[in-house]
Amino acid sequence: MSATDLALKLRERFGELLSVPFEFRGETTLVLTDAEKIAEVCGIAKKELGFDYLVDITSVDNYGEDPRFTIVYELYGYGHLHHLRIKTNVGEEKSELPTVSAVWRTANWHEREIYDMMGVRFRGHGDLRRILMWDGYPYFPLRKDFPLAGKTSEVPERGFTNPAPLEGGPFVTAAGGKDAMAREPRVRVPEADELKTIARLERRRDLGRADEQNPAAIGERR
Amino acid sequence: MSTEVQEIQFRDATARIQQLKPAVASASRSAPAMVAEEDNDIHGEKMVLNMGPSHPATHGVLRIVLELDGEIITKADPDVGYLHRGDEKIAENMTYQQFIPYTDRLDYLAPLANNVAYALAVEKLLGIEKQLPPRCQYIRVICCELARISAHLLGLGAFAMDVGALTVFLHTFTEREKIYNLCEALTGARFTTSYTRIGGLSRDIPDGWVHECRKFLEEVVINFDESEKLLTRNRIFVDRTKDIGVISKEDAIDYGLTGPNLRGSGVEHDLRKTHPYLVYDQLQFEVPVGSVGDCYDRYLVRMEEMRQSVRILHQCLDKLPDGPINVPDGKVVLPPKQKVLTSMEELIHQFILVTQGVNAPAGEIYFGAENPKGELGFYINSRGGGTPHRLKIRAPSFVNLSILSHLLPGHMMSDTVAILGSLDFVMGECDR
Repeated sequence: MSATDLALKLRERFGELLSVPFEFRGETTLVLTDAEKIAEVCGIAKKELGFDYLVDITSVDNYGEDPRFTIVYELYGYGHLHHLRIKTNVGEEKSELPTVSAVWRTANWHEREIYDMMGVRFRGHGDLRRILMWDGYPYFPLRKDFPLAGKTSEVPERGFTNPAPLEGGPFVTAAGGKDAMAREPRVRVPEADELKTIARLERRRDLGRADEQNPAAIGERR
Repeated sequence: MSTEVQEIQFRDATARIQQLKPAVASASRSAPAMVAEEDNDIHGEKMVLNMGPSHPATHGVLRIVLELDGEIITKADPDVGYLHRGDEKIAENMTYQQFIPYTDRLDYLAPLANNVAYALAVEKLLGIEKQLPPRCQYIRVICCELARISAHLLGLGAFAMDVGALTVFLHTFTEREKIYNLCEALTGARFTTSYTRIGGLSRDIPDGWVHECRKFLEEVVINFDESEKLLTRNRIFVDRTKDIGVISKEDAIDYGLTGPNLRGSGVEHDLRKTHPYLVYDQLQFEVPVGSVGDCYDRYLVRMEEMRQSVRILHQCLDKLPDGPINVPDGKVVLPPKQKVLTSMEELIHQFILVTQGVNAPAGEIYFGAENPKGELGFYINSRGGGTPHRLKIRAPSFVNLSILSHLLPGHMMSDTVAILGSLDFVMGECDR
């Protein structure tokens, strides 16, 4: 039995809720029209069709479209060795769908990650906290409207962020621009910074003076 | 050097499980039971212990908040994300080719294997994975297996060191050094290799490399024997790992474990066998499987996997065919510099590839490769063009760690170190 046959079987069970399975590069994908049914569909897929291993759950942000988010479930069965993808869409207003962590326990962390990165909530998930970012971080970084450089945020006694220096493009160093020490503002305190710079300038001036007095010392110092 | 198989007297697997079952059951029950039975002055108040993020046994920046009753763990809450760099966000903002150096930094103990897995994922999206020249495929398999040996050597060395056998670490690191030398000769870098390209490799094998690699394979096998002598029947090591951290077959599947951790629990599943990519279907190797699923089984599985990798490497070096290393398609692979300077068409290809990237079709794919730590998967959602709309990395370490809150309770505090060592994770990959 191929993955498409398994997908058709699942479709028999749920009828119009699931789209006709389609193939791309040898992988079968089903689209579930009603996100509210996802836990039910996954439960049946696991119990009756032997998809006992949830490989991954992914979220995609279709920014500017409606519905905004797509949640992608990658299923696999150790019995029949077939892979099946189930996708479902969630609108931005609702941003919520039922959890599948009761079906596969591995979904727990995947769903936490999606909540953390994309801001989609999973109803019935017992422990929906941020996982990669820290508690209290105000944004959802993988959304398309979140800039690559990041945004300023501060959670007292926990962490802070500042936008990264990008100089016009992602990770581009402009010729003739500031050097890396000056560009990297994240870990530095402005007051201490100024002092350091002055101290450095003074040191450089001292060395210059020494060089004028004793040109032979240049090679030695290097 | 003797190559004969060592006879090791294991306790019968079924007997071990039988013996184990009451032990596990009582361990998980003992914590509350003790509170009720014994003096209330001592028990009843639980201590919260913060392990990590900077702790020698957590191999990176993993933090676990442990709730202890005496020395027994009653609750464990792993806290990840200290090494989060937003790799997936970065991938959305650059071409497929440009993301290759970032894959080095996922599982930084096996950068070559990550390079190969990522290149294969993009090639699957482009539909050119069948066109890869045989030489390229063999070299990629060699890369994967060298990376596997390197990663397992470190994993085992660190595991042994954590449970008190310091010497093994020194042995395994000697061999890893040789692998780094091979990497340097092959890729130009010891650590951050960035070796593969979409549709091929950055360069061919240098002269004399095959010979060096053969020499290394002969030496490393002696090292395996030495390490095995130091560990497999070492009373302290066995006592600290046997029947500790038992993951049942059902739990392993339910928690989505992959790689040696899954096989240690007795599930015979290896993507190199079940869904062969590259030329794995033409190579002879076996997949070691554990029987109990404890730390000791995971150790044995890794040990045997390294020996099988050596076997694969020998076959690859013997069979290594001649020929090109890149897909003969100017729209995917950068043309040779000589042609760029002399021919108009190649110049255009070069310009388009560098500024816009390969023109990938719209669609979505998932590709999983059997990496040292488990199944490293890439989900790519493309809307056409040279950059992915969404690239998701399914990191094996991330998934493998999610079992900790289920696995740790009921164990002694000191077993945490053995369990973490045997799960063998890398935080660079977990946090992405």
